[in-house]
Amino acid sequence: MTVTGEVVLDSQAVARVIRRMAGELIERTRGCARVGLVGIQRGGTPIAARLAQLVRETDGRELPLGVLDITLYRDDSASALLDPKVGPSRIDWQVQDCDVVLVDDVLHTGRTVRAAIDCLLDYGRPRRIWLAVLCDRAGRQLPIAADFVGQTVEVPDGFVLDVVAEGGDGDGARLRAIAQQAGDKP
Amino acid sequence: MSAGFRHQHLLSIADLDQNDVNQILDAAELFIEVSRRPVRKVPTLRGKTLINMFFEASTRTRTSFELAGKRLSADVVNISSSGSSVSKGESLLDTCKTLEAMRPDLVVIRHAASGAPQFVAKRVGCSVINGGDGAHEHPTQALLDAFAIRKSLGTLSGLKVAICGDITHSRVARSNAALLNLFGSEVRFCAPHTLMPRHVETLGVKVYHELEAALRGVDVIMLLRLQKERIEGPLVPSLREYARKYGVSQKHLELAAARAIVMHPGPMNRGVEINAALADSERSVILDQVEAGVAVRMAVLYLLTKDLRALTATQAASEAG
Repeated sequence: MTVTGEVVLDSQAVARVIRRMAGELIERTRGCARVGLVGIQRGGTPIAARLAQLVRETDGRELPLGVLDITLYRDDSASALLDPKVGPSRIDWQVQDCDVVLVDDVLHTGRTVRAAIDCLLDYGRPRRIWLAVLCDRAGRQLPIAADFVGQTVEVPDGFVLDVVAEGGDGDGARLRAIAQQAGDKP
Repeated sequence: MSAGFRHQHLLSIADLDQNDVNQILDAAELFIEVSRRPVRKVPTLRGKTLINMFFEASTRTRTSFELAGKRLSADVVNISSSGSSVSKGESLLDTCKTLEAMRPDLVVIRHAASGAPQFVAKRVGCSVINGGDGAHEHPTQALLDAFAIRKSLGTLSGLKVAICGDITHSRVARSNAALLNLFGSEVRFCAPHTLMPRHVETLGVKVYHELEAALRGVDVIMLLRLQKERIEGPLVPSLREYARKYGVSQKHLELAAARAIVMHPGPMNRGVEINAALADSERSVILDQVEAGVAVRMAVLYLLTKDLRALTATQAASEAG
């Protein structure tokens, strides 16, 4: 049973899990002519950056990075507030005919991923879209599944699962996954 | 937690505070990027209807609103005064009532009478945006100018801004003065006596009649179009005389601050209020203004539509509770 503010994955576990995901990613995208990583703002961005770094170190391949902000593609955009901290989307390489790996921190309802796919298609027609998530949590509301899963996590309804940098700002080095009672967020 | 955008309409800069302006400009940053994508369209306002009602001629404002609506996936309808029921003698109120029956979510109004958008806003249920009313205000122009200034100079505060040209007939000058005053920048109006409105000091600006004095040390030089219909009337004796005394060229840049930028809301009269070489120089941000126009208007449409939904939800909740 998860209690308020419980650390589901500590920073060491996150580092280990991302390392394993990078290995799988190298294995399964071998033979793909062009592969790019796209982080979903904001949680997916540091994870995508870390994956790119690991692939470079292990395999010597330089994967282009991009970020997507899905605010404008949300199915509840009319009632959602614009998060002032969210930056604009940026993909400055050809998505057309590329194998694109979408990266997010948590897969829950699947609605964010649905929006991200729609958004990505406006940049071009990828050869294939893969999905990599650090935490896979039950509660899907759309028929969406991840290709690369860091860790399957059980979090009760009414709890929010967040992947946050330890000690404030970080670049994927010290991420932790924390479950909190909804509404308890500072 | 950021407060929502608490407005149903955008009628005047005077209704906004610093936070409102920053919210619009921050959202516009997002939309600049959308306009540079291969597919310049997001589904945000799908199923919403925007009516552009232009009772006065306009190319860039109408096109800009139309593109803004379309890039947000709204359905956009343009109505101009010629060839519509307006030219058949229908009153403004009747036109609005008719349009309202078609259930638009947003209406942009440009009208030759100051206060026309306010008049309409009080009588319809949808969001009303002032696209320029008489000599009163043109809020989206001031917002896009602010966006271009903030992008070039990094701030809207503590600047010196000279606005030169036909001030009397310029709603752009009024809206810009209101917005820049809101952020504590100094606004200078420069025009011959015949093109300077009476009681101009009530707008909180410094008044100049000599171009050189007005441009000394400014960060922004904003030029206004000398409207052709005023030329060689009683207000301006001749085009050449106006150009000689109030036309800005590159030599004037030496008077301004080293980083000074040159702006013009368009359409320009090259060789009259602005020298052609200056308009094309690297100090000119005139085309940036046009690009900002679409993004800022997307931001306004987005925030107003969202607000309308939020307000309705709040009302429903308070009624239910």
